[in-house]
Formats: sequence, C-alpha cells, structure tokens
Amino acid sequence: MSNIPQELRFTKSHEWIRREEDDTLTIGITDHAQALLGDLVFVDIPEVGEECAVGDDVAVVESVKAASDVYAPITGEIAAVNEKLADTPELLNQDPYGDGWIFKIKPADENDYDGLMDADAYQEIIAEDES
Amino acid sequence: MPFIPHTEAEVRAMLATIGVESIEDLFDEIPADLRSSGLKQVPDGLSEMDISRLMHTRADQDSRTLCFAGAGAYEHHIPAAVWEITTRGEFYSAYTPYQAEASQGTLQLLYEYQTMMTRLTGMDVSNASLYDGASALAEAVLMAVRANRKSRTKRILMPRTVHPAYRKVAHTIVHNQGIVLEELDYDPQGGHIDPASLPTDPGDATALVIPQPNFFGVLEDVHALTDWAHQHNMLVIAVVNPVSLAILTPPGEWGERGADIVCGDGQPLGVPLASGGPYFGFMCCRQDYVRQMPGRIIGRTTDLEGKSGFTLTLQAREQHIRRSKATSNICTNQGLLVTAATIHMALLGSRGLERVAAASHANTVALSDKLAALDGVHKVFARPGFHEAVFRFDLPIEDILRALSAQSIVGGVMLMDDYPELGNCLLVRATETKTVADLETYVSSLQRISERLQAKASPVQPKMM
Repeated sequence: MSNIPQELRFTKSHEWIRREEDDTLTIGITDHAQALLGDLVFVDIPEVGEECAVGDDVAVVESVKAASDVYAPITGEIAAVNEKLADTPELLNQDPYGDGWIFKIKPADENDYDGLMDADAYQEIIAEDES
Repeated sequence: MPFIPHTEAEVRAMLATIGVESIEDLFDEIPADLRSSGLKQVPDGLSEMDISRLMHTRADQDSRTLCFAGAGAYEHHIPAAVWEITTRGEFYSAYTPYQAEASQGTLQLLYEYQTMMTRLTGMDVSNASLYDGASALAEAVLMAVRANRKSRTKRILMPRTVHPAYRKVAHTIVHNQGIVLEELDYDPQGGHIDPASLPTDPGDATALVIPQPNFFGVLEDVHALTDWAHQHNMLVIAVVNPVSLAILTPPGEWGERGADIVCGDGQPLGVPLASGGPYFGFMCCRQDYVRQMPGRIIGRTTDLEGKSGFTLTLQAREQHIRRSKATSNICTNQGLLVTAATIHMALLGSRGLERVAAASHANTVALSDKLAALDGVHKVFARPGFHEAVFRFDLPIEDILRALSAQSIVGGVMLMDDYPELGNCLLVRATETKTVADLETYVSSLQRISERLQAKASPVQPKMM
C-alpha cells in the first residue's frame, strides 16, 4: 500500500500537488509512481520562468528501466525547481513528498487548484493499478 | 522479392488466421494523406545478372585512376592489416550489442573508438557513430536546439563554407521541425567566414556551425568565431576532418570555452573511397550535453562480481525506450566501418596520423605551387589551408576534366553548381598517397591539355591536304 498524504491533490498521471502559503503549488511524483519506476538516475528539470499549459510535459524522470514525462497539472509559470535532484536524483525515491519535490508553479488562475483530484479519488485509481 | 521465405499459400493462411483480408489492410492505421505515392523516380529493378554487369562497369570507371578529388571524401593509405582484421567473422557478423554479456568484444572496440574520438576532438564524450557526416551535422543541429534552453528561435547560423551536400541534407532533415538554417557568406579574398563581418548584435540564435577546414580547404578563424558565438549565447557546432585534427587545434580547445558539439565524417580513417560509401559519421560533445546526444553510447562499468565490462548506456535517450520523444530516430551505428577506423587509428597511432596529415598538407602545398605557376591557372583564396585548394582556370573546366579523365586522371571537383559566383573553378586535393611523380603527371598533363585546347580555339586552322 503506497503512501498517499491526505492534504495533497493528485493527477491521473501520478503527480502530487501541494498549495503553499504564498499560493505557489509544489509538484512531485507520488510514492506509487516512484516505486513503479525503480531507482531514479536522472531528472530533467525545467527552467525557472518557463510558461506551461496544463498537460504540457514539463520534466522527465529517468530510472534504470524507463523514462517518464512529468506533466504540468495546471497552467502557469515555473517559479522554482529542485536543483538538488541534479546530483541526487534518488531523493525522489527516498522522500517523494518532501525533499524529492521537482518544481513549483505560480498558477495563472488560483481557482484551478480546486479542480484537482483529492487523496481518496487518487487512492481509487491506484487501487485498480495495484490489484 | 526472392529472399522472403513465405509462399503465397503460407501468407494467405497467416492472413486468414488473424482475420485480415490482405497485407495492405495491416497498414490502415496510416492516414491516406501520409501515404507515399510510390517512388516515381526510382527505375524498375534489374535482375542479378544485369545489376552485376552494371556495377562492374561502374567500378571499372573508378579503378586505376590518379585521383585528385576530395570534397568530403579523401584517399588515404589503409594498411592491409585494417581490413584483414575487420573482415574476420567475429567482427564482420557482429550485430547490435543489446545483450552485453554476449557482445563484450564489439562493445570494447566501440568503447575504444569513442575514447580515441574524444582524444582527437578534445571533447568529453563520443557516441558510437552515426550514418555519415551530413546526417551527423543534421543531428548536431537538432541536438543544439534541444540543448540550448536559453534560445527560443531555432535559428542556426550556417556558413556557405560548410560542405554543400551537408547543408542540403541538414535542411531536408530539420526544416519540417521549424528550424531555420541561415546562410553566412564568406570573404571572397580569404575563402573563410571573416569574424569582422559578423554582426555585433545577431539577435537570438541557437547555434553557429564552424567547419574546419572548410569546404574550400581553407582554415577558418575558429577561436574568434567560437568566442563570438558564445558571447551571444549560441552553441558552437564544429564540423571537422578527423585526420586534420592530428595537426590542427582540436575543437575542445577553440576559443575560451571550446566547441560544444563536434561532428564530421570518419571516412578518412581507414575507410576506402568505394565510389561514395558507405562512410560513417562521428559526434562528440561536452559532458553537460551528453543526455541530448543521439546514437549509441557505450559505457564501462563493473558487473555483480566486480569485474570490469562494457555495455550500452544512457539508453533512455533512444527510441526503443523513449519512442517519439527520443533524441533521434537512429537506432544503429556504422559498426563495421567504425571497426576499421579504430584498428586504423590504433595501427597508425597519434604520431602516424600526424605524419599522414602533415604529408597530405605538404603534397597539397607542392601541387598548389606547381599549378599556380602554370599559365591560365590561378589560386583563388589567399588563406592557408589543410589539404585542398581552389583554382580558377581560364579554359573551360569541363573540357579540362574530360581530357584529364581520358588520361585516367580525376582532376578535381567542379564548384560552379554550388558556388556560381566562383565561376570556372576546381577544388583540388593531394594526400600522402601522391608521389612527386604523380604531381608531375597531373601538372604536365594539364599543361599539354591546355596547349591543345588553346590551339583548338585559335582562329587560324592549318589546311588539311
């Protein structure tokens, strides 16, 4: 059973989203996703200031057996990226919801956050995967 | 198609099993507007007997000539041992080394090839080869667009001194991706891209391509060009002759930071001219960009027992993993030619390669001096070159070349089609394969031909009794 923090939002493509106090959104990939990928060897992070539309492939996570796109869950601008992933991509495996965050978005429309899936809905999706 | 083992009955049985009417139906996923309408310019096939005869005739045309033509493919001596070893069954029939445990021999050789190329070019990483120099340049352009995150425009500055065939191939491959190849014109005196003529504000451009030597054989001012490009946030793509690197400054040491991507054709390293191919392309880059580099990359690692071994690495860039997001659609390399090139470089060593380069340069200088001394022949560009030079002739080049070929001499390559402004010019090269006697033969034949052609043009003809 993978870890699904209740206070976060999620996407079908296994990204998690946390709303920060300054209304930026921190995004990473879920415990379920990192377990499926295996040991991560490289994370291709976006540039700060890049504009992205919802659904754009914004980052790439590469493991020993696969390379997967990470999608922007919301339209906005990249506000920050986790530089530590360049040297220690394994942070994503070890602490996917904490130190393994990938990038932060400043949303174009703050209300878009409310449309994102909650923890229970995500739980159902991966229950199908895990069964 | 005589080599497909299935009979018509077997094909029908297979189609019936999967419930499909015809083979054509298996392709119905491809939209009608994307389908090819057939290869109209390709003539009908020939029988094995006819093709064999045609190829023998063609081969005869190319053999036993004294060749002074270069333009991207160069005649160098290949020690007999090179192809003796390359054609051994173990190397000759080795295929794709996806299964590392069964391919250590091939992988080790490719790793050594990569090592040699990085040493020659002064770069950090090399791939295991591409198809040829022209497509290698196209791949380098695509790579620069991916790697240069600071640039938004996909403008590539492409000097006219880059090989015309390379520029055409690059255009074919990249233009549908919205990449624009902007031409930079050359200085008519020097035959190079004059750094002083470059704009002080070129705007947002992704990369500058720098050939060395360039298509005319002339040496570019690589340090000034590299620094200019880097000052304006462009990546530098070097297109180089691998033999010349034995005596010229390698691209890794150009300007302050060195070139970012290096590519070219590896034919001069142990691959015969073979009427135009196959050759192989090489590509090297800085460590920062390795994940954007296409093609196979061999790495060295240790196995579970701690023993050293070789394997394909960084495969997540390749299309068998990333599919449409891969760095390239290439899924192979020119393994056999790379084998020959690696053995060639190993046999020659760095000093041997230096001597080949120096002898080629010296012979071209000697030939240039002799040619420039002839009436009606003029050296076009003032700047120093590697092993090729451009000459303008007063008499029509086609007539001269035809007359030379009647003497089994290939005089050089005409430039008029790609450089109409140069007019009646020839690109001539001499490598270490030419003796003093060879140069004399060329020059004296040229002299006799010129006299004969001029006599023909004379208005007073002797009456024949």
